[in-house]
Amino acid sequence: MSAASAPRRAFRPGAESLEIGIMALLLVASVSFFAVMAPGFLSAVNVRSMAVQLPELGLLSLAMLVPIISGGLNLAVTFTANIAGLTTAWLVQNALGDTGVLGIVAGIAAGLGVGSAAGLLIGVIVARVGAHPILVSLGAMIFFQGLGEFLTRGGGISGMPAGFQWLGSGSLIGIPIPMLIFLLSAGGLAYFMQFTRTGFSIHMIGSNLRATEYSGIDVRRVLIVLYTLSGLLAAIAGMVMLARFNSVRVGHGESYLLITVLACFLAGANPFGGFGRVLPLVLGLMSLQVIASGMNLMGASQHLATAVWGAFLIVVMTLRMPFLKRS
Amino acid sequence: MDDIALRAERVSKVFGQSRVLDDVSFELRRGEVLCLAGENGCGKSTLIKILNGVYTPEAGAAFSFGDAEAVSRITPRHARALGIHVIWQDLALFPHLSVAENIVFDDYVASPFRPLSRRAARQEAREVIERLGVPLDPDTRVEDLSIARRQLVAICRVLRAGARIVFMDEPTASLTRNEVQTLLEITRSLSAQGISIVFVSHRLSEVLAVCQRVTVLRNGALVGTYPTEGMTQTRLSQLMTGRELTLTPRHAACSGEPVLELRHLSRTGEFEDVSLTLHRGEILGLTGLLGAGRTELAHVLFGMNRPTGGELLKNGKPLTLRSNRDAIRNGIAHVSEDRLHLGLVQNQSINMNTAVTVLDELEKPRGFLSPRRLRELTAEWIRRLGTKVNDAELAVSSLSGGNQQRIVLAKWLATRPEVLILDCPTVGVDVGAKAGIFDIIRQLADEGMSIILISDEAGEIWMNSDRVVVLKAGRVSRELTPNAITEASLEEIINA
Repeated sequence: MSAASAPRRAFRPGAESLEIGIMALLLVASVSFFAVMAPGFLSAVNVRSMAVQLPELGLLSLAMLVPIISGGLNLAVTFTANIAGLTTAWLVQNALGDTGVLGIVAGIAAGLGVGSAAGLLIGVIVARVGAHPILVSLGAMIFFQGLGEFLTRGGGISGMPAGFQWLGSGSLIGIPIPMLIFLLSAGGLAYFMQFTRTGFSIHMIGSNLRATEYSGIDVRRVLIVLYTLSGLLAAIAGMVMLARFNSVRVGHGESYLLITVLACFLAGANPFGGFGRVLPLVLGLMSLQVIASGMNLMGASQHLATAVWGAFLIVVMTLRMPFLKRS
Repeated sequence: MDDIALRAERVSKVFGQSRVLDDVSFELRRGEVLCLAGENGCGKSTLIKILNGVYTPEAGAAFSFGDAEAVSRITPRHARALGIHVIWQDLALFPHLSVAENIVFDDYVASPFRPLSRRAARQEAREVIERLGVPLDPDTRVEDLSIARRQLVAICRVLRAGARIVFMDEPTASLTRNEVQTLLEITRSLSAQGISIVFVSHRLSEVLAVCQRVTVLRNGALVGTYPTEGMTQTRLSQLMTGRELTLTPRHAACSGEPVLELRHLSRTGEFEDVSLTLHRGEILGLTGLLGAGRTELAHVLFGMNRPTGGELLKNGKPLTLRSNRDAIRNGIAHVSEDRLHLGLVQNQSINMNTAVTVLDELEKPRGFLSPRRLRELTAEWIRRLGTKVNDAELAVSSLSGGNQQRIVLAKWLATRPEVLILDCPTVGVDVGAKAGIFDIIRQLADEGMSIILISDEAGEIWMNSDRVVVLKAGRVSRELTPNAITEASLEEIINA
């Protein structure tokens, strides 16, 4: 008859605090390895370049994490980022060209709006029709791709005003702006998932949608909100990509799609839904970036780095199994 | 009647530090139906596994079969040779194979390289099916059969393998009442053919109906073996738990004002023209056979489905429920019969499961769901309902059935409902824990909550209701007060 008082613990299920430990260990291990093996790994130039490269994949992975926790998937994240970027680029270049900072802000707002609307569309279909999110978002992905290619005739839009490019190349208090955007988004998402009703409900839905509905949660509303949020995060990724490359094209970042799924699973998100946290994902993404940059400095090919990422997921998964079984 | 099929003496088993079986003796007569009874964890399964050759008992045990010489353990090969078979609750059938293939499956194992003729398999299966006299088609795939039919396939399979002693583990757990009757008849006919059957069931009424004797285990020790003649359910649960369950019938006259009124409520194809009044502080027993419309009615009262006719009044005012959120806002709570899939989110923590119904209240100020307040809420309910919880951060699935049910009650009581609908609240709950659940329910009613108690166990309904409504084929067939009748006559009315 124990347990009159609830145990005090910082993190929700115990298995999830384990993930933070695993990911932190991984990060420390990979940083130490390349600090020794790769000349110039810890140089300011390299650290800065890693901090600039990470946010694109990072933001897209955040956009993927939310649906994964809810037991679904959003395969449209990269093309959502593209159409959001295209919207902003087109508006800034054509309609809002001479309005300065205000025009840039309005263009970004419109891009984020389009990204959110793309997510909203997926959410509404998932919630109302009840079709599996993989099917719905796959359809949406192909739809956005085709629509974008049709409107741009397969080309891209280049040449943004300097003020916009600052978002990709500038720094604030020594931190590159893309990194800052990523960390703020990750922090905001972590708070949302942990400390709001909707975040709570996303976890519950991921484990058992029907039981959650029986408990009086408006599961349709939660589904719509979470896919809209996923779309918004993808759109933020689209802004960062546009700012960094000073151009946008449909299909840009397409190869990130499955890597975002890999990053989420690497960080211990449950493929069947219900579990997954932002902090281990951020740490895991940092490890992936460290591996890619480190191997690059050592002269290895980019493709080999990708192979190592895949091998990494398998190794981490294998090491994790005994812990999960015990708890 | 001294024809002993199997006798086991001085059987003990130790796992690590704990002695799960302690010097148990067991005797099974030829052609008898014996019940092995006891609460979860009393050693039933361990004993079955020893008798089936899965586990090796501690030294000193002796097993004998009729005239054969006693042995100190039963090997799996031995068990096969003697015709000892176990039909586990999950049946261990191959869903993608046909009925015939499942029945003759042991031939595949015996000679893995010999090609088997489908026609021969079908023929042999048909012989067994006819011998048992059951309606099975040898060509149907097992996955297309109901649970009850699958069970028949499992029985055919052990018959074909030459079973002489059959252990049946919770065979009636997921059957409807009619299917249970069929199974009990088959059990009787098997025993008439000289096959000995050991029946493991939580449902005491079935145990008493089909078994000649009952062997009771408690905490790994033998309590005794008793003839079922003259045995009552109450006496048997006392033997199983070792406690005098002090439940006395409730039968309180109730004079509270009406809280929930159903006027000619219908939902096409489910129930029709149901009129009822639920008063404050009353426990209304709602019973009837499976499929009589009980659960369907509960779903409408909880707003999960819309009625197609009639009206619903709450405290005298008309009430329209568009969803279960409407019902919850109007003080109606519902404990589902399906705790595994609907009652709880099994993988998530005890804390989250308790709080899920009151997130609006916990998220104050808006946008901040305080983990501390969430934990305090759970701790408070765990204390009030006497739930055994070591760590509320663990998945709710780590709890026993009785404690899980307390968490379900907690999550609904947290919404401070006026009306609590309980659909089979003791499904999968141990005999001892059942009494605890009913203590809580009665106390809630005494504090003024209005409760609809749905159950197909006449004893539960009779014992705990102030008033009983019997549904039959979707309509109200009888309304009665328990103190006017006996438990047995209520059982008859339900089955009539």
